[in-house]
Amino acid sequence: LKLANMRSVSVDLNHDASLLIDIPDALCERDKVKFTVHTKTTLSSFQKPDFSVPRQHEDFIWLHDTLVETEDYAGLIIPPVPPKPDFESPREKMHKLGEGEATMTKEEYTKMKQELEAEYLAVFKKTVQVHEVFLQRLSSHPILSKDRNFQIFLEYDQDLTVRRKNAKEMFGGFFKNMVKSADEVLISGIKEVDDFFEQEKTFLLDYYSKIKDSTAKAEKMTRSHKNIADDYIHISATLNTLSADDSTYRHCGGYYMSSFVFLQKVEGRVASDQELKLTELLRYYMRDIQAAKDLLYRRARALVDYENSNKALDKARLKSRDIPQAEEHQKQCLQKFDKLSESGKKELTSFKGRRVVAFRKNLIEMAELEIKHAKVSSPIQPRDFYTLIHVYNM
Amino acid sequence: QNSNFKENEVLSVTLSVQYLFQLDDDEEEEEEEEEEQEDKFDISISVKDPEKIGTNDMNAFQTPLPMFRNKTFTVRRRFSDFLGLYEKLSEKHGPNGFIVPPPPEKSILGMTKVKVGKEDSSSADFVERRRAALERYLQRIVHHPSLLQDPDVREFLEREELPRAVGTQALSGAGFLKMINKATDAVSKMTIKMNESDVWFEEKLQEVESADQQFRKLHVLVESLVVHRKELSLNTASFAKSTAMLGSAEDNTALSRALSQLAEVEDKMEQLHQDQATNDTFNFAELIADYIRLLGSVRGSFDHRMKAWQRWQDAQAALQKKRETEAKLLWANKPDKLQLVKEEIAEWEVKVTQYERDFDRVTATVRKEVVRFDKEKARNFKREIINYLECLLQSQQQLIKYWEAFLPEAKAIA
Repeated sequence: LKLANMRSVSVDLNHDASLLIDIPDALCERDKVKFTVHTKTTLSSFQKPDFSVPRQHEDFIWLHDTLVETEDYAGLIIPPVPPKPDFESPREKMHKLGEGEATMTKEEYTKMKQELEAEYLAVFKKTVQVHEVFLQRLSSHPILSKDRNFQIFLEYDQDLTVRRKNAKEMFGGFFKNMVKSADEVLISGIKEVDDFFEQEKTFLLDYYSKIKDSTAKAEKMTRSHKNIADDYIHISATLNTLSADDSTYRHCGGYYMSSFVFLQKVEGRVASDQELKLTELLRYYMRDIQAAKDLLYRRARALVDYENSNKALDKARLKSRDIPQAEEHQKQCLQKFDKLSESGKKELTSFKGRRVVAFRKNLIEMAELEIKHAKVSSPIQPRDFYTLIHVYNM
Repeated sequence: QNSNFKENEVLSVTLSVQYLFQLDDDEEEEEEEEEEQEDKFDISISVKDPEKIGTNDMNAFQTPLPMFRNKTFTVRRRFSDFLGLYEKLSEKHGPNGFIVPPPPEKSILGMTKVKVGKEDSSSADFVERRRAALERYLQRIVHHPSLLQDPDVREFLEREELPRAVGTQALSGAGFLKMINKATDAVSKMTIKMNESDVWFEEKLQEVESADQQFRKLHVLVESLVVHRKELSLNTASFAKSTAMLGSAEDNTALSRALSQLAEVEDKMEQLHQDQATNDTFNFAELIADYIRLLGSVRGSFDHRMKAWQRWQDAQAALQKKRETEAKLLWANKPDKLQLVKEEIAEWEVKVTQYERDFDRVTATVRKEVVRFDKEKARNFKREIINYLECLLQSQQQLIKYWEAFLPEAKAIA
């Protein structure tokens, strides 16, 4: 499967012309997806103004992890790592289809196969989109776009695998484990002095659980649409057989079959558009909110450290021992905490704006698509289905 | 009082149902609970404006049918009454090669009933399905020119109180299904290898059997569509709720409002999907089920013809045997026995002639019936599918309105 010249649906603004990134191309071999990462830049820090490199999913993970594990970025929302390309579902269905081939008519089988290929393509599209968005989030971030590893990721024309292995040995992924075991209790438990963060904390925790729920429900809806589309395929095939065998139905056979083929196409498109515009949107922001929560966690940790350093200083004063070290430690903790708070505030505020813009864009596009699909199938008499199929480009 | 019912008058039947929840005293209880309570149906019968229907070359029945012209009248019937009517008609007319329309049974083709999580919609569904099926059943009967003349049919339509049919207790519910299945099985399992001289019958039977197969397949698929449609409806409702919650959690005012509006649109979609599931059921699934039952009756008529053929062949074989016996007795010189055999031969000769005539008559009837069935089927099936598709399209139009109303809300997000 090769995807050429894909226009992605970005949930982010990519206005900064000094660094433009896209994934115009991707190649799918078995399970491995090779993304072509294309960069156009006016920045002198890069060797060339226009270049492309091949990258795998694991390279993205490496990049994300190095960013997360960088102390300096503790006060930033690190864009969520794109999920692994998952072709499991269509692959399983393809397998089942192969097993059931004998029980279907040739046409039925062909249509089902086409549907599955479309599903493969949809998964492919999604994964390209989400990897692209990840890079674009980085390129449009004032601080992250300057990251050295980011530049390496974009530019390094050799295989990154060797570098990745080294990095793993260096960090050992220990901070990641810390973040992963983020205790929500810790976040909600601290005594918040800042109103802004108090509100954000409440909001994000609540919103996260709700958007997680909406994502799951949207997925179920999409699955139902797909099931109905599949049913239409089988029904149309059976009607076709019926009309072929039976003289009384023969004169209207093609008509029935094309009606249901048409319905199936519409249903299938509704399903996939809903997936891309709605479900993907919810899924993405669910992950983004998790990234925002991670920021809150890091800040909470910094606050705990600061409070602990205060206690240590008091203890030192009490014992009249090691006071300068304790004072220094306390000062550093405070600095760190203040830096995180300042940076965090900026990040969370721009996050709000970003979220609202993305929702607006996708909801509009989804509504427009739904209208388009319904209009196509609507003012028409059933007898016109036959011509309609050609018009609708099937 | 007695007015003649002209052949070109159209009799129309509509059925409403009154569901009685009390048990009748002498009613034998069947295993499943659905059959404990017998539906009582109010049948309204009216003679519509005279329409010219196609003439057929059936022998005109002399018995005038007393119908009240331009009046509507109502009788009440139990579900078992319908089954009793079918039993009588199929006994009388089946062997003559008529395709007797069958009523619905309790569990259609052993399909698992679609159970929805909502309160009583499942049983309301069931009642309506049954009512509509019985109505179609009666419509088919009264549109059959020969069956309409049957006195049992008239009695069913007119008589104030029908005597409880003897032995129909066994016919309600599972018992009925068993009877139908046994009858069809017994007939299908007949190893009658008929020397088919008429290619038309051979081809037709093939068509019927293949159509039966496809319709059964179709029924499974459409039932699956209904299930998925109902699932879509439920999932949409649950998504709507979830979106509403998300909207209330959203702190941007315009986005919050847009999300609530989205939730409302999805709520309306849920209703659309529900209605669509109803369309799937009543304008598609139920009709397929009807055809499967009808095809069963068509098969039955073919089988009755084969039975008639077999009876004729058996008579010929018996006659042959008697002639052989006669020959033997001539040799053995037993005058008394010989006389007996000669009488028997005469009897069998009469029977053979009779049975041959019967077979020819049944053949002609089956042929006419199948041609009629084909015509009706071709006309109705197309109309029914178009009807179904038009409902679907109406849904789509409604969809547009909902999304068009939502679009400005989405655009208003700032």
